[in-house]
Amino acid sequence: MESTIIKSRNFNALFGSNHVVKNVNIDIPRNHVIAVMGPSGCGKTTYLRCINRMHELIPGATSNGEMTINNENIYDMHPIFVRQKIGMVFQRPNPFPNLSIYDNVIAGYKLNGVKLPKAERDRIVEHSLTRVALWKEVKDALNKKGSFLSGGQQQRLCIARAVAMEPEVLLFDEPTSALDPISTSTVEELFHELKVNYTLIIVTHNMQQAARVSDKTAFFYMGELVEYDETKIMFTNPKDNRTQNYITGRFS
Amino acid sequence: MDGKNIKYRIGKSYVAQIVTTVFAFACVIPLLFILGFIIKAGITKINWHFLVNVPKPVGETGGGIANALVGSILIIFCASLIAVPIGILCGIYLSENGKTRLAYWCRLCVDILQGVPSIVIGIIAYFWLVKPLGGFSALSGSVALAIMMLPIVIRSTEETLKLLPSSLQEAAFALGMPFHRVIFKVVVPVGISGILSGVMLSIARITGETAPLLFTAFGNPYLSFNITKPMQSLPHLIFDYATSPYDDWKNLAWGASVILLLWVLLLNIFTKLITRKWKVQL
Repeated sequence: MESTIIKSRNFNALFGSNHVVKNVNIDIPRNHVIAVMGPSGCGKTTYLRCINRMHELIPGATSNGEMTINNENIYDMHPIFVRQKIGMVFQRPNPFPNLSIYDNVIAGYKLNGVKLPKAERDRIVEHSLTRVALWKEVKDALNKKGSFLSGGQQQRLCIARAVAMEPEVLLFDEPTSALDPISTSTVEELFHELKVNYTLIIVTHNMQQAARVSDKTAFFYMGELVEYDETKIMFTNPKDNRTQNYITGRFS
Repeated sequence: MDGKNIKYRIGKSYVAQIVTTVFAFACVIPLLFILGFIIKAGITKINWHFLVNVPKPVGETGGGIANALVGSILIIFCASLIAVPIGILCGIYLSENGKTRLAYWCRLCVDILQGVPSIVIGIIAYFWLVKPLGGFSALSGSVALAIMMLPIVIRSTEETLKLLPSSLQEAAFALGMPFHRVIFKVVVPVGISGILSGVMLSIARITGETAPLLFTAFGNPYLSFNITKPMQSLPHLIFDYATSPYDDWKNLAWGASVILLLWVLLLNIFTKLITRKWKVQL
């Protein structure tokens, strides 16, 4: 299997006439954790949302250029299909408040009208919750509403919901910025486990987090991809001045 | 600041608090008076016989309001069948596409519709339905009432759905759900308590409407289940019988008033219960 899974060529994203992602070229290798960092408003979240075509849901948002998954153009596929292949976890935990924990995990099937036999559903729920280290904590409360869980548990439930769809890529939009330090470290540990099966792209403005969890790091500044390299190299020997300034804390 | 000034200011704030409290009480009093007055005048007329019989002709004692009760229920049921789906779908459009030109005009029309006098809506229904169809009918009354329900259902749906966090929809879209499933499987179920309370309030609002029914449902002294024919309704019966010169009929009107009042009161209480019970904790 080819090692590159997501590829962007001359990719641009705009809100109306506001050019927020400029000419990005990037190759994302399979089964790696990629951190995308940069100061607020640098376009990193917008870029992430372009990968599973969530960007275009905002009125006035457009994009152009090439974005492929397994050499297939994402923008030629139907967005519904893209989003089933590329899962997403958001900044704030957002389990469906009207559904139980169990139903939240299989929401991708249930709410899409996919009928599965009970045994299969049970297997998916247990497997997904085990993957996110939540099974032991909630296995006796599967019928309770997801909103009863703590913030960190809710976030892991949301990861389980994305994992249950068996996507190829998982996108994380600042997944720990609304969590306490202990929940944060639990979620960070998950990244190492999850990259065995999935490719993870994590937007973060926490440099320590990028350094801790990622194999490769991309640095965005003012909508441009400034530098993209092995995380070790990025944090010890960055080539670009702006990267150097950012990681040494000269601006943020 | 000297002590006198402080005392003066404390006194002023005290007076302001008393004034607002007094007026808050003053708003409760009219309802209590209306309730007390009507229940006192009408409660003695109500019994089983009153609920299951139709009015008797002049000169005979007894009789009930079964025809009006059945009529009101049928007319309101049909009105809800028309207005609730249209209203909810329109509300969904407005909350999802709040900034389009169509949304702007739609909102404006809904606001104006809310202000159109009910008698005018009755006349319109008369010209649109009663005349072309060649006769008065309960159905034309339902259409008139449905038009009156629409603004309330639309605005309450829109306001409820707008308050839901956008993260909810994003979660659904990110799982690859198509728009209609996002709306009907996620957004509407989460906002259901607000939508239902809007529906209930709109029903409570049209229950007492008399004017639109005068030209449409027309009234009927007999029990009728045929919605294509004239039909009696509670407010219409009150209007007819309270203005009659006969004491028996006047009593009937008092009893019907109590029923109507209880109906609206119960609807409002139910609405509160539903809102509390079905509220989805976000």
